Amino acid sequence: MRHRDFTAFILPSALAMLLFIALPIVSVAVQSLFVEHEQVLVTVENCGPFGCQEETKVDPDATAALKEAEPLGRFNGLGTYLNRAHLAVTEVGEILSDNDGIGDVISRIYNLPFYKALSFTLVYTFLVTPLSMIAGFAVALGVNSIPRMFKGPVIFLSLLPYIVTPLLGSLILFWMINSDGVIGATLQWIFNDPELSLKASPGLTWITLIVYGTWHMTPFAFVVFYAGLQTLPQDTLESAMIDGANRWERIRYVVIPHLVPLATFVGLVLLMDNFRVFEPIIGFSAEANATSLSWSIYNDLNGSVNQLFGSAAATSILTMLGVIVLLMPVLIRTWREFNRKAR
Amino acid sequence: MNTQLGHSRTLAITSGLILLVWLIVAAFPFFWTVWGSFKVQADFFSRESFWNAIFGPATQRQTGGAFTLDGYEGAWIEREFYHSVWNTVIVTVCVTSISLLFGTLGGYALSRSTRKYTFWILIAALVFRAMPHITLVSGYLLPFFELNIWGYLPTAIIVLVAINQPFTIWMLHSFFMSIPKDLDESAMVDGCTRFQAFRWAIMPVMWPGVITTGLFSFLLAYNDFAVTAMLLNQDNQTMVPKINSFLGTVQTEGTIMYAVAATVSATVPLFILVMFFQRQIVSGLTAGAVKG
Repeated sequence: MRHRDFTAFILPSALAMLLFIALPIVSVAVQSLFVEHEQVLVTVENCGPFGCQEETKVDPDATAALKEAEPLGRFNGLGTYLNRAHLAVTEVGEILSDNDGIGDVISRIYNLPFYKALSFTLVYTFLVTPLSMIAGFAVALGVNSIPRMFKGPVIFLSLLPYIVTPLLGSLILFWMINSDGVIGATLQWIFNDPELSLKASPGLTWITLIVYGTWHMTPFAFVVFYAGLQTLPQDTLESAMIDGANRWERIRYVVIPHLVPLATFVGLVLLMDNFRVFEPIIGFSAEANATSLSWSIYNDLNGSVNQLFGSAAATSILTMLGVIVLLMPVLIRTWREFNRKAR
Repeated sequence: MNTQLGHSRTLAITSGLILLVWLIVAAFPFFWTVWGSFKVQADFFSRESFWNAIFGPATQRQTGGAFTLDGYEGAWIEREFYHSVWNTVIVTVCVTSISLLFGTLGGYALSRSTRKYTFWILIAALVFRAMPHITLVSGYLLPFFELNIWGYLPTAIIVLVAINQPFTIWMLHSFFMSIPKDLDESAMVDGCTRFQAFRWAIMPVMWPGVITTGLFSFLLAYNDFAVTAMLLNQDNQTMVPKINSFLGTVQTEGTIMYAVAATVSATVPLFILVMFFQRQIVSGLTAGAVKG
């Protein structure tokens, strides 16, 4: 294909990505170096019947004018990255130099907002990914062994948790686990504890969110593994059977090796999607006990008084770095393969 | 299929049981909520017994019938949910068609060029695909405020198209790879330009791939919360952010059934979509995996 044709064909798509993905990343990087203006203070002398008093107050007009003139805010360098709401360098230093053992260090660092969000995001990502892959594999094996006429409806029902809007799916489950909802009320009855609430403790909230994540992602793993099972090498399976391998051994030595490449793909997609966990925290109103990186950005941007663009941008950049780290093994592998092909 | 993986009775029963549990876990919440959305709050959120949500004694008492449309009436008419439904229609139709237009051209070009830069474009798209949407949103807000384009539907549409592009060109790239090159090359030998070859040789055979990709573009636009919640003003909100803004008020006013009804209204179209396009969705989900 000639360069000119290639450019003409790719232009709309490339332009859209450049303008609305690449440029915003640059914009985020710039914004993260700035911080909101402080309010302009004026000192006025208030003279009343009891003498004069100096008073300091906010000058709203001047503040607005300053915001108008420099919408980005004032330059702050890396200040936002290092402050208490993000990497909290000073606080972490203090905790490390003065603490009562490892447990104390962990609990105090966990109380810093950025580390709290980071730890939930990582735990969620690295639990939901393998759990939904295992569940998806089990379901795929199950669907593979049922009569053909049931397969269509079974696949239809299995797809629902994945296709449904994440926010709405989590709301549906949230209403059910509510203490008035069917699951919440039943759990209270089983454990005979009318106070039991899945929203009350951080531990239970985390478990709820992880169960939701697994429920939401299992269909994806299931569909890919199920498609893989359709292309199983029949003669290998037969020869394994002749060699006396039982069902379990055939799964272990024939089916699983066949599915490993698919598992890498599923794992990669799940890692990318789970790392951005955000809607379930809103749907389950879990922000008191569990926050994620995406949720902190949303929270900064959605501020009721003023939007903290600098703070949101700094968290965004840190999140993007996290994504790059997650993708690194894949990128390196693709690069090697490409070079091998090129040579 | 039993012949392939053996006939062990215990294993068959175990895997059947796992499947049964999964089906209940996967589908029960939806049926429960659809059923419950026709009841009053005292039944759907009943402390005493969940049988109330099934038989609806309070619904009988309050409305005189076993089912009530009160929730739907409140959401659609009183809270003007139809307005957000219309916005969602505009957004999804525009996003899907524009994404496909850009994506087919781009995906075709990437599949036919053998140069090094195609690799870099695909890798950049993969990285862009992994970026959480909300991080990009934090980059849009300030420039959009300055340009005075924040809050309007076209802004959200073009942003969703762009966010959609990485996935779309990956998927269509691998789809066009499966169409033999001879097809358009022989057209070019016959004197067609590259675009004419695309128009007359490729376009007639590309629809299966385009429909599959279009379904996923549709789902992305329909399911999005981060972009539409942050970039649209109150009047232009689509369904998902609208339901989220319901939640703030319904809790205090005791009109939570409005939110339940709105949620069901927004979920049912997806059921119908899966019912009709199950085959395409399954093949789309596996497309990336099989071709690496």
